[in-house]
Amino acid sequence: MISQNNIKLSINRCKKYRKKIFDISQKVFALHLGGAFSSLEMVDYIYNFHIPSSKKTKNDDIFIMSKGHSCIAQYIILGERGVLTSHDIENYCKANGRLGCHPDYGNPGIQASTGSLGHGLALATGISHANKLQGSSSKTFVILSDGELQEGSTWEALMMAANLNLDNLICFLDHNGSQSYGVTKQTHPKFYPISSKIKSFNWECVTVNGHNVEEIDKAYKSRKTKKPFFIIGNTTKGKGVSFMENKPIWHYRSPTPEEYLIGLKEIERGFK
Amino acid sequence: MRDKFADVIYKIGKKNKKIAVLVADISPAGSISDFKKEFPERFINTGVAEQSMIGIAGGLALKGMRPFCYTIATFALYRPFEMVRVDLCYQNLPVTIIGMGAGLVYSTLGGTHHTMEDIAVATAIPNMTVICPCDPEEMKLATEWCALKSKGPVYMRLGKRGEKTFTKNAIDSFKIGKIRKVTSGKDIAIITYGTLISMSFEVKDKLNDKNIKASIFSCHTIKPLDEIGILKILKEYKKVIIMEEHVPNGGLKDKVLSLAFKNKMKTEIKTFTLKDKFIHFYGSYPELLNVHGLSSNKIVSEILKRK
Repeated sequence: MISQNNIKLSINRCKKYRKKIFDISQKVFALHLGGAFSSLEMVDYIYNFHIPSSKKTKNDDIFIMSKGHSCIAQYIILGERGVLTSHDIENYCKANGRLGCHPDYGNPGIQASTGSLGHGLALATGISHANKLQGSSSKTFVILSDGELQEGSTWEALMMAANLNLDNLICFLDHNGSQSYGVTKQTHPKFYPISSKIKSFNWECVTVNGHNVEEIDKAYKSRKTKKPFFIIGNTTKGKGVSFMENKPIWHYRSPTPEEYLIGLKEIERGFK
Repeated sequence: MRDKFADVIYKIGKKNKKIAVLVADISPAGSISDFKKEFPERFINTGVAEQSMIGIAGGLALKGMRPFCYTIATFALYRPFEMVRVDLCYQNLPVTIIGMGAGLVYSTLGGTHHTMEDIAVATAIPNMTVICPCDPEEMKLATEWCALKSKGPVYMRLGKRGEKTFTKNAIDSFKIGKIRKVTSGKDIAIITYGTLISMSFEVKDKLNDKNIKASIFSCHTIKPLDEIGILKILKEYKKVIIMEEHVPNGGLKDKVLSLAFKNKMKTEIKTFTLKDKFIHFYGSYPELLNVHGLSSNKIVSEILKRK
């Protein structure tokens, strides 16, 4: 069980990350705030509970942000850890920086290039299989978006990961129910529910509140099989700022200075 | 070439644990089935799922492996194109895509199985190396290079089976990135690549009957193109022939003409390519090439025409 202290630390970290991301939204035009805020607790959980920051540890677990447009959440955490520099973060999406709107392999801490949807799970499948071949006990964590479940390539990878018995692969779904052009249940009304489909591909699958670290951890530790593991995190796009929540327009838009001040107060207040 | 590839990859894979073979529902010919039997964990058949074949290979390469992805060329390059571009080329990973049965070799299977635009497509992507061995010997050397030396992604265009060896007594040795003189004649130069070398030998022999001596060059590496080597040929010969089993757009022809233009070369260059057409014709491979305008007789009579 995760300790109450760890839960508190996680909540505080995410509050700090949200504020930092919100600050950046005032400096650059292009920022996918909505998706970054919906995945934040899961990104925090993967990094801070599974991928230690110290280079001295032997752990070489890998995290792939398959929904690459939310990588600002990754950058902020990598910045906190000193893997990325403050210069890197300050020059996000700027001419003299090296960090773009989507993660690039080769930048410190970035283990795969994503941005085009539907690539992360196949890459993670290859990585997980290589870990097995090389006798490594490392794990591979992935976060997918709802939109990525509409890519055929994601289902190809789901099929193959199960065949290869990849119990070292853990895939989160940031299930905020939105995509660039509206609500996913309107795009594909006949597709839902998700969980039974994932299970039918021979994955173990659980559903949690994706903003609740205690629930995420409990689900992670509840694993019963040796199948690849899929955690559906029910989330809210733009979580933490009421006027942004579940509004598809915040997929890409940055807040005005007035909106920023209102939102900042809400982030500081936090949510239950 | 298909069977020889299987032998070569089996031998390399036996020594080198980094080698993995991924196929997409292609029946394991020859030694590929030995590879599968001996190294089942390094052999992955994704089924008819080419996007995951490329993506998984990318993941393996991210962990230091050197995968080969193998299927019919159209499905190896076009179907998963964006995975090739992003997973392999954008990340610059040492994955080799084997495009088997490229060109029109699957003649009667129709246009869905004809690979006529792969050189244009593959050479357009940054970081990609494009290799088209002309015979099983070149394929062996190219595969060894891909397995052990390449630093990034490679697209290798192969024929099917039963190709003869043309380079056993070649004048130049095989070196990636260098155009290679196979036979020597003083009058004209024929530049070609891949399995069409067989037709270029027919052309050479027919020209010889007319007392025209032709050199044949295997331009096995289309990217990076050996510009220095090609310019040398353009300077050395008055007439240069380009033969390729590829649509007129974006192939070797365009690359050589552009090079010649940039360098103000006066050499007469005659080019022979496939037509810019999907041709619904269901004869044999040589018959289909002929319908596209590629036959040794047609090429020779064009060459013999006055300027």
